[in-house]
Amino acid sequence: MTRIRFQQSLEDLKENLLVMAGLAEQAIQRAIEAYRVRDLSICDLVSRSELAINRMERDIDQAALDLLAMEQPMAVDLRFILSVIKINADLERVGDAAKNISERVRHMENMGAVDLPVDIPRMASLAEDMVRKSLQAFIEADAEMARTVLTMDEAVDQMNRTAYKSLTKVMEEQGHLAPQALNALMICRALERVGDHATNIAEDVIFWVQGDDVRHPKAVAKLQAAAEKAAAPAPAQK
Amino acid sequence: MATDFPIRTRIRYFTDQAATVTAVLFTALVILPLVAIFIYLLLMGASSLNLDFFIRVPKPVGESGGGMANAIVGSATLLAVASVIGVPMGIGGGIYLAEFGRGTKLANAIRFTADVLNGIPSIVMGITAYSLIVMPQGHFSAFAGGVALGIMMIPTICRTTEEMLLMVPHVVREAALGLGVPNWRAVLSITVRTASPGIITGCMLAFARVAGETAPLLFTALGNSFWSTSLNEPIAALPLQIFVYATSPFDDWHRLAWAGALVLIVLIVLAVSLVRYVTSRGVLKGAS
Amino acid sequence: MGVGIEVTNLNAWYGSNHTLQDINLNIPANHATALIGPSGCGKSTFVRCLNRMHETNPIARVTGSVRMGDIDIYEDVKPVEIRRRVGMVFQRPNPFPTMSIYDNVAAGLKLNGYTNHKSLDEIVEKSLKNSALWEEVKDDLKKKSGASLSGGQQQRLCIARALAVDPEVLLMDEPASALDPVSTSKIEDLIFQLKSQYTIVIVTHNMQQAARVAEKTGFFLNGRMVEFDSTHKIFTNPSDKRTEDYITGRFG
Repeated sequence: MTRIRFQQSLEDLKENLLVMAGLAEQAIQRAIEAYRVRDLSICDLVSRSELAINRMERDIDQAALDLLAMEQPMAVDLRFILSVIKINADLERVGDAAKNISERVRHMENMGAVDLPVDIPRMASLAEDMVRKSLQAFIEADAEMARTVLTMDEAVDQMNRTAYKSLTKVMEEQGHLAPQALNALMICRALERVGDHATNIAEDVIFWVQGDDVRHPKAVAKLQAAAEKAAAPAPAQK
Repeated sequence: MATDFPIRTRIRYFTDQAATVTAVLFTALVILPLVAIFIYLLLMGASSLNLDFFIRVPKPVGESGGGMANAIVGSATLLAVASVIGVPMGIGGGIYLAEFGRGTKLANAIRFTADVLNGIPSIVMGITAYSLIVMPQGHFSAFAGGVALGIMMIPTICRTTEEMLLMVPHVVREAALGLGVPNWRAVLSITVRTASPGIITGCMLAFARVAGETAPLLFTALGNSFWSTSLNEPIAALPLQIFVYATSPFDDWHRLAWAGALVLIVLIVLAVSLVRYVTSRGVLKGAS
Repeated sequence: MGVGIEVTNLNAWYGSNHTLQDINLNIPANHATALIGPSGCGKSTFVRCLNRMHETNPIARVTGSVRMGDIDIYEDVKPVEIRRRVGMVFQRPNPFPTMSIYDNVAAGLKLNGYTNHKSLDEIVEKSLKNSALWEEVKDDLKKKSGASLSGGQQQRLCIARALAVDPEVLLMDEPASALDPVSTSKIEDLIFQLKSQYTIVIVTHNMQQAARVAEKTGFFLNGRMVEFDSTHKIFTNPSDKRTEDYITGRFG
């Protein structure tokens, strides 16, 4: 096989991305843990790993840029590097989401712990599952696994909508719990975002492995329908 | 300084110098005979050169004076006839061998024949021309001499033409064919034209060689003491005249022979240079 | 205007060497089609079959059909006629060394008996303009020999020479492989402009070049055509693994 150095560079890129992915996953887990046990020291850990994630984002983008410029990758290699760049961005956002959650936890430090009608740990576990599965799909270049991730997003979105309804109700009916409710709502939003990022990662994996762009199916379908309608013959005119 | 280098380098350096010196030496040895001949001819013949030499015919035996005007013109006539015969046939043969007959048995036969023809002694050529032309015609003639010389030119021109045509890069041929030019046209207009400097050189080599041939003319042109330009009569030629005068017992004639030899060499050089000059003016700036 | 080429079951031999096997493809008119593949895969042989230059080699043999427009170039016409309709530019620039720039461009016409001097002047000028060489040589047309130009200029001269006979198809066998990057870019820009008037087939070792100039690309391997598709597809998501391995550099 020729271009051994290039193949090695692609492997290195993949490894670095996976290290960063590990940090991002860990950040979310820790943030939710901090929420569960209200431990501020864990929040510090999250902040630090977020710094590491940001630095890695820059390094990975730089490495990808170099490969594009120097090696003129084609076909699958080109799609791979493009996917890495995009997954890179999504993982960094996941890190940001983790940081947001830990910020909320800090805010809630002085508020008492209350029971809220929302199961954040369960939502978090769903979101974490999505992230883990999409990264597994990336490691194994498994487009089918990635497609299953796409179907999991709806559940998380649903939980977010339900949380919105219940928490606004709490804020209306039990005004003194408003601060906790608001923070909980923001945590749910962050977790919904994590789900979206996991979906993006899965879409990027499908693009890399199969060359298929499966993003925004609804928008694509709508445009398609409109185009077909415009191309259809007009009703007969006299 | 050479002495600063380690010993192995010094040996290489001196070997290099020695080789260069040896090469120069051998080159000088090669040029030396040519230069020596020329100088000797100059010394022996220049003194006998005067206007008379170029405009007068030989005087009868015993009288002094006279020239070789008829021999000069005679040689020119013979060479003209020889060229008319030898050049077209030689070039034509060369074109066939290189372009149209590659690999065929006929081409191999032609090539073999040309090589053999090249090796035939010139006197045998003369005898052949005698049998084929002089005897049926019943008289010696400039025509027979020209034919003998012409045939001698053919092998050289033919082989040189073939070599030069083969040296034309294949891509030039392909370029012509790629334009939809028929093969014969591509050969003539492109390949031959590209090889023309080399072909002309071949012709001049053959020309220079036969210009000095004496033996074939002995039984064909015979030589003539008088002025003659007719193709059906014997004609004088410089080499013949030199031969006759040099082997004669007269000092006068010996001096004329030296002058004749000098003039022969000079005329050949002039002819070759003229051809070179005329053909090089047609070459464009930058072309090789 | 260009014309499309339909190749059906083309097989070619050099002596006993089966150089091309069962080639089938349609080259679209007024487009540039690139042919890529490792050394010795047969792409140059294929292109030479399109203007019957393959036959100039005495041990060459061809079966199958190549149709240009409505004629079969092997059955219906003589090689000389096809080569007037299908021009060729070779890998190494090969201007006629003994001819001036003007004569080089006019060579195809003059050697075919065309002697109308006034329109020769116009045709030479138009061809040189079409090959982006006019500005650089217009003052030296008859004074300079074709061989005195730089490599890139010589290649453009060869293109002008090919265009002067007004072909419908232009075959280019690695036209820029002997040239520096700037000359290569000029030739590529040229191909872009020429596409609208001629059908262009370009053989190239340089995949980025194929990607830059051609709408369709064919991948040849060991005498067979493995994949023929839009350039976009070949270079972002080819169907055949062999194609992918070649263009990503895993072999070849």
